Amino acid sequence: MTYITKPQLHHPGLAKNALGFTRRDYEGSVSTLCAGCGHDSISASIIQAVYELELPPHRIAKLSGIGCSSKTPDYFLGNSHGFNTVHGRMPSVLTGANLANKDLIYLGVSGDGDSASIGLGQFAHAMRRGVNMLYIVENNGVYGLTKGQFSATSDKGSKSKRGVVNHDAGIDLVGMALQLGATFVGRSFSGDKDQLTPLIKAGLMHKGAAFIDCISPCVQFNNHVGSTKSFDYVREHNEAVNRLDVITPRAPIRVDYAPGESVRVQQHDGSILSLHKLAELYNPNNRAQALGYLQARQARGQVVTGLLYVDPNAGDLHEAMGTVDTPLNELGEAELVPGAAALAKINAGLR
Amino acid sequence: MQRTSNWGPDYFHKVVDCQWACPAHTPVPEYIRLIAEGRYTDAYMVNWTSNVFPGILGRTCDRPCEPACRRGRVEDEPVAICRLKRVAADNKAGVTARLPSPAEQSNGKRVALIGCGPASLTVARDLAPLGYEITIYDGEAKTGGMIRSQIPRFRLPEEVIDEEVGYITALGGMELRMGSRIDSLKALLAEGYDAIFVGSGAPRGRDLELPGREEARANIHIGIDWLSSVSFGHIDKIGRRVIVLGGGNTAMDCCRTSRRLGGEDVKVIVRSGFEEMKASPWEKEDAIHEDIPILNFRVPKAFTHEVGKLTGVTFEVVHAEYDESGRRRLVPSGDADEHYECDDVLVAVGQENSFPWIERDAGLAFDDAIGMPQVNPLTMQSSLPHVFFGGDAAFGPKNIIWAVAHGHDAAVSIDKFCRGEDVSLRPPPEFSLVSQKMGIHEWSYDNDISNDQRYRVPLRDKVVALKDVRLEVELGFDRELGFKEAERCLNCDVETVFADKLCIECDACVDICPMDCITFTEDGEEEDLRGRLKAPAENPTQDLYVSGTLATGRVMVKDEDVCLHCGLCAERCPTGAWDMQKFLIEMTHAGGRHG
Repeated sequence: MTYITKPQLHHPGLAKNALGFTRRDYEGSVSTLCAGCGHDSISASIIQAVYELELPPHRIAKLSGIGCSSKTPDYFLGNSHGFNTVHGRMPSVLTGANLANKDLIYLGVSGDGDSASIGLGQFAHAMRRGVNMLYIVENNGVYGLTKGQFSATSDKGSKSKRGVVNHDAGIDLVGMALQLGATFVGRSFSGDKDQLTPLIKAGLMHKGAAFIDCISPCVQFNNHVGSTKSFDYVREHNEAVNRLDVITPRAPIRVDYAPGESVRVQQHDGSILSLHKLAELYNPNNRAQALGYLQARQARGQVVTGLLYVDPNAGDLHEAMGTVDTPLNELGEAELVPGAAALAKINAGLR
Repeated sequence: MQRTSNWGPDYFHKVVDCQWACPAHTPVPEYIRLIAEGRYTDAYMVNWTSNVFPGILGRTCDRPCEPACRRGRVEDEPVAICRLKRVAADNKAGVTARLPSPAEQSNGKRVALIGCGPASLTVARDLAPLGYEITIYDGEAKTGGMIRSQIPRFRLPEEVIDEEVGYITALGGMELRMGSRIDSLKALLAEGYDAIFVGSGAPRGRDLELPGREEARANIHIGIDWLSSVSFGHIDKIGRRVIVLGGGNTAMDCCRTSRRLGGEDVKVIVRSGFEEMKASPWEKEDAIHEDIPILNFRVPKAFTHEVGKLTGVTFEVVHAEYDESGRRRLVPSGDADEHYECDDVLVAVGQENSFPWIERDAGLAFDDAIGMPQVNPLTMQSSLPHVFFGGDAAFGPKNIIWAVAHGHDAAVSIDKFCRGEDVSLRPPPEFSLVSQKMGIHEWSYDNDISNDQRYRVPLRDKVVALKDVRLEVELGFDRELGFKEAERCLNCDVETVFADKLCIECDACVDICPMDCITFTEDGEEEDLRGRLKAPAENPTQDLYVSGTLATGRVMVKDEDVCLHCGLCAERCPTGAWDMQKFLIEMTHAGGRHG
C-alpha cells in the first residue's frame, strides 16, 4: 500500500507508440498490494506488452475474480473495460462478454485460489471451449489475503512460512490446460520480464484459448526457504525451453539468432513468433511431447518455463459455433427479430 | 563499474545539484522545506550562515543554482530558488538573538579589509566573532560596495542593504573607515597588520574609444559610474532618447534605470546575438517587459554629434559565423550602416580591475599579461603570504555569491595564517546522512510531487513602477505563493540509498519508479551501462549510482539525472534495501564554524 499517487512526471525521453501513447498512459491506479509483490511485476509486464503491441486501451476488456491477483486489473490499463466478477467466475463472465462482443481483446486475470480451487471447473471449460482470450494465472502457491495457508497449487512437500509441510499434491495448471485443449500454453516467472512480456504479447494476439501460468512470489507469506514459489527457488530451478520474440507486421523486431537455432511460427493475425531454442529437442508444436517433457522435468524438481505449446492454426468458440461476423451486440432489431416469414422458413427446414 | 561509495560526501553532494552549483554551497532544499513549513526565521538563518546576505541575494543573485536545478530537467522550469530566499527574508521574525555574539576579548590579531563590499563583509563576519580586530577601508561614504552603488534601488531597497550589513557590523570588533580610499599598498603594509584582505572589486567601467567620443562626451556616460551616481542621488534625470551599448546585466540595469529617469525611447543595442548576451535571461525579460527593445548584431562605429552635442550612434550590421572549432566571428552583413538618434548614450560594455594603488615593487606578484595579482584559487592567498584577495578583485568580475564564497575561503586562510597553521590544508565540510523513515509509508519530508509550473513573482504596476527609481518593482512571493513554489522542490538532498545485501531483486522499485531511473542488469563499463538502462542515461554530467554484485550476478544501476526523490522505490521495497536518507552538508568556515 502506498499513500501518494505515482507522480505524473515521467522521463523526458519516454517514447510514444504509433497511437501517441507512452507506456505510462497504459498504467492504472497505484498498487495497493504488499511492497515487493510479484503481481506488480506482472502488471508492469502487461503494461509493457500492450504498449508495445500498440493496442488502443478501449479495445481491451480485463476481467478477474477474487484475490490478490484479481485486484491487479485496477493497477494497469486504467482506460480499458474492466469487470471484477465473483470468486472463480471470471471465465464464465468473460465467455459471455466474448460471445456478446467478439471484437474486444479479452484478458482474464486470476490467481491460484481463484482458478485452481473455487474456479477450477470454470477454468477447465473456458480452456476446452477455446474462448478467445489470454488467461493469466498469477500463481504464488499461497492464500496471501488470508495470511498464508497453502493453496491448491502449493507443491507437495513444500513448507509454509511457519514450517508446516504440505501433504496435498499440487495442481499443475499448465498440464491441465494442455490436456483440456488450450491452444497456447506458457509458463513464466514474475522476476523475468524479458521472458514474460513477449509471452503476454503472443498470448494477446493468439486466436483461441491462451493460458499463461506465471509464478509470482508472495513476498509476505511464500518467499522463504522451503517454499517452491520463492524468488530464490524459482531462479535456481528455472528451466526455460525457449526465448520468444514477437514480430508484429507493424513493428518488426530484429532477431539476432542464427537461423538453425530458432523456430518461426506465424499466427492467425500475421504476427510471427520467433522462438529461440534453449532446450535442444523441445518442439512447441507438439502437445503430447510437451506434456511428457513437463512431467519428466517436474519429477527432477525443475520448473519448466517458456512458450510450451502453440497451435498457430487454432480456432475459437465463435468459429465453432458459426456466429456471424458482426459482433452480436451490434446486431439491430431487424437482424435479431427477422419476423414470421423467417420463422416459418426455419420451421419448414426442420420438418 | 565500481560500486558507488556511500562514505564520502562528494557523491551525495553532487546529487543536490543546486547546492553543488552554489559557490557558497547553501543547503537549498533544507531551507526550502523550512519555508514550506512556515519556519521563515530558521530558513533565513540557514541562508545567513552560508551566504551572509539572504535578503540581498534573494533579489539580486545570479542564481547558478537555478540552471542546475533538477526540476528544470523534468519539466520546463527550475524552482524559483532565488526568490524563495527572499520569502524567508521578508517573513522572518527578529534574528538578532540568533547572530553570533561579539567576541568577549580580542585575540590580538589585526586585519585590514580593503573595500566594504560583499567579499570584505563576509571576511569580517567570519572573523569578528573569533576576536579579530578588523579595520575596513572604503572610498565611498556608505557600506556595501557594488551592492549599494551599482544595483539600482528599484531592484534592491536601501533598507535591505542597511539591515544585512548591520548584522555584520553589530558583531563588534570592527572599525569602519568609510571615505578613506587606500592609495598605497606599501603604506598599508607598513602599518603592520597581521593580515590584509583585498576586496576592492572591479571598479572600472570599460570605455568605447570611437570617433566622436570626445566631442560628444557630455552625453556619453560609463554605465557603472552613472549607476553609482544615480544610487547616491547625484543624477536624477536623463534624455528622452537613450541608447545603452552592451549586453550584460549592467546594461539591463542602465536601460531600466533610464526608463525611470525620463527616458521614454530607451534601446539596448548589442554586438552579439540576443541569445549569447551576457545578461541573465530573466534580466533581459524584465527589460523587455519595461518596453525596452534589444537590437542585436550591431557593432557601434561612431558617435554622431552637431555643435558639440550628441545626436546619435552609427552601427555596422553584422552576423555571426562559426569556424570549425565553434568559435564565433562577427562578420559584416553587407547591409548599409544604421544610424539611431539619441540624446544620451550609456556605455556598459564590461568592467575591469584596476590596481593603481598597488605599487609593482611592493612585493606582490602580478600576472602582467592580464594585469591581475597572482592569487591561489583555493586559499585566496597572494604571493605576499599575509595578503589575501577575494570577490571581483581576485579573478575579475563575477557576482555577489562568488564574492561571498571567496570571503569564506579567505577568512579560513586568514584565521589559519594568523594561528601559524598551513593555509593549504582546508577544513573538510561537515555532513550527515540520516534516514527519513517515520513509518511504513511516512517520511519526514513531503514526498508527494507537486505538478505546479513555476510561479511568476508579482510585479508592481508598470506605470507606477516606472515613475520612481527607488520604488521596488518586484513585490516578491507572498506566503501562499511562496508555499506553492516551495512545494515544487524535489528534495534532492533526501537521497535514495541502496543496501546491496538486503535486495531480493523483486523489481518492485523498477516497476514503480515514475522516471525509469532504476535498472537491474549485467555489470559493465560506464559507457556501456549508460546505453542499456531502462531509460538511456544521456546526461554525462549526472552520475550513475551502482550497487555491488547481487545474488543473480547482476548489479543495480540508478541514473541520478531525473530522479524525483519521491521515495516510491523505498515505499515499494519489501526488505528496506532502498531508504530515503537526508544528506546535509555544511561548509566549514573560519574557526570551525559551519554553514
